[in-house]
Amino acid sequence: MQAYWVYIGIFLIVALGFPTIAVTLPALISPRKPNRRKQEVYECGIETKGNVRVQFKTQYYIYALLFLVFDIETIFLFPWAVSLGKLPLFAVIEGVIFIVILLAGLVYALREGALAWS
Amino acid sequence: MNFSILIFLFVAVLTTFAALVVVTNKNLVSAAMWLIVALFGAALTFVLLEATYIAVVQVVVYIGAIAVLIVFTIMLTRRSAEKEPSGATKQWPIAAVLSLALFSGLTYFYLTVPGTDRLAPVLDKELNMVSALGQLLVSPSGYVLPFELASVLLLAALIGSIVVAWRK
Amino acid sequence: MADLINVIENWLNKLLLGWGASPGLTQFILQALGSVLVVLICFMIVIALIWVERKLAGRIQDRFGPNRAGPFGIFQSFADIIKIFTKEYITPQGADKVTFNIAPVLAIASVLAIWAVFPFASNVIGADVNVGVLYIVAIGSFGILAILMAGWSSNNRYALLGASRSVAMLISYEIPMVVSLLIPVLLAHSMKLSAIIDTQRPWWFILVVPTAALIFLISSMAEIGKAPFDLLEAESELVAGYHTEYSGMKFGMFYVAEFLHQFTVGALITIFFLGGWTGPMAAHWPILGVIYFFGKAFLVYLVISWIRLSLPRIRIDEMLNLNWKFLIPVSFINLIGVAVADRILLDLEPPRWLYVAVMFVLNMLILLVALYLSGKSQPALEVEEFPHRPVAVSPRTEKSSS
Repeated sequence: MQAYWVYIGIFLIVALGFPTIAVTLPALISPRKPNRRKQEVYECGIETKGNVRVQFKTQYYIYALLFLVFDIETIFLFPWAVSLGKLPLFAVIEGVIFIVILLAGLVYALREGALAWS
Repeated sequence: MNFSILIFLFVAVLTTFAALVVVTNKNLVSAAMWLIVALFGAALTFVLLEATYIAVVQVVVYIGAIAVLIVFTIMLTRRSAEKEPSGATKQWPIAAVLSLALFSGLTYFYLTVPGTDRLAPVLDKELNMVSALGQLLVSPSGYVLPFELASVLLLAALIGSIVVAWRK
Repeated sequence: MADLINVIENWLNKLLLGWGASPGLTQFILQALGSVLVVLICFMIVIALIWVERKLAGRIQDRFGPNRAGPFGIFQSFADIIKIFTKEYITPQGADKVTFNIAPVLAIASVLAIWAVFPFASNVIGADVNVGVLYIVAIGSFGILAILMAGWSSNNRYALLGASRSVAMLISYEIPMVVSLLIPVLLAHSMKLSAIIDTQRPWWFILVVPTAALIFLISSMAEIGKAPFDLLEAESELVAGYHTEYSGMKFGMFYVAEFLHQFTVGALITIFFLGGWTGPMAAHWPILGVIYFFGKAFLVYLVISWIRLSLPRIRIDEMLNLNWKFLIPVSFINLIGVAVADRILLDLEPPRWLYVAVMFVLNMLILLVALYLSGKSQPALEVEEFPHRPVAVSPRTEKSSS
């Protein structure tokens, strides 16, 4: 069991190290002639005016909140799904109730129109 | 076992350092990035404790969802995320005293409560921890009530967030 | 001979022990070698895939595709690699340098790291951890983070808009993806990838739970971010999305990550729904299992490419509606149905083929009812009637008529 996690640890280091090498290698051999025009922020040739960090849509925030709720829900459901073979039927139904309660929330969100793009 | 202690020390130092940067960094988005490092350090600690399910959940929920939510919130509330706030507020002494009190309390707890120096019992190798957790979650003698309450709580959070964040 | 990989592993093990290395060090070296090998294979696959994809795209769109470098242009990718290695890095003004440089590395590492847990054959298994499925989900969340970092640190409006759009889409589509992943877990009663494959021995899960497989395919395609879900880099609106400001190999990393992600999705679908390495004789000849695994993954890759080359880009509201009003409810209802049916059937102990048949019918029923209901709730598309207009009109007559 622990050997597996050591392997994952090594793998993570390799997976991070490989692209790091691939990204730094060209930095050594490629030309490097920066100038002000070249480093301008790309905006189809127009000079950038005003603040770059544009106002953010509230909509995105709602998606993130809903995602958080459903993410936690699935975290609860994974142990339930794994142990399903050892559970009596009513315990399965308890899991179903858990899902249905949250589906009601989804229906509410849809009814409110909070998920529609505006 | 020396090797794992070495890894633990590295992870602990990294986590603490990252957490320190989070509270001292003036750039909010940078602070959020360091918060992610700290959260990942916590996940690594769980792996070292062989609590692998909790470790993975830590990454899925905290890094996958909450960190994204935090970055979104910063972008939403601050028109210019790079415009730095004036640094620490005047309340920092209170915060320092409170966290010091919490730290000393935990240390006192750790030193005085019996059983903290005992090693955890060795678990049965055949035991599937996640399956056991699932059975406990829905068994009436276990945690079925908190389990369903969690669902209601999540529903309340969902509806609450829509009511607060959604204006027609 | 039957078991080539383990033979090599044992030989190396003995060799290293013979040199006086401790067992712990030997294991460490072997694991490091294994992970480097897997990562290298991933990069090789991508180099091949880029050529395949371009050739395929050319054929589907009635073009030739690359045909200059070498026979059939097979050396095109290598030429591209040499070119991209000598490109200048440009960092835009006001960019957050550290985050800007970490993002591309994180983007590809988040895809590569998934390969740590893949079982390639009956005895060539990476880390067979008991939380394998959740590990995949967890690693995937770093990809979202990389996009957010890239978009924010570029100091570019288009990059930031593209990043927040793509993150909103990715997190939305992660819900049906994870819920449809719950179903193989539920059927196998385990999160171990090897156990999930073992359960599929005679009957692949695509036959047992086709709806879950379909939902997983669609939501994974959204996670890849290629057409028809490529609105995060709609050229006409957002330039190139979150990687607008990247150049040279840093852009290359995002590009490679996209291709590798598509192949990884193929591998995931293979593991969860197409039986993984299983196939005729694969249990006796593990090397065959490896071939089956990569073959199936490649087939799924081609199917995804085919879909993305055939369909136009969808609008953002359509994309969100598809997710929140269709995929998420259907995946949850499917989960409920499969869970209850599986529990009841476990008690009745029917023969396996009957079990599969019941599950298949149930899944198709849920899918068809959902399709029917969603079709009914949608108002019929109003097709705008254009007035009849002759094809060739001289400019003069048009002016006078208006």
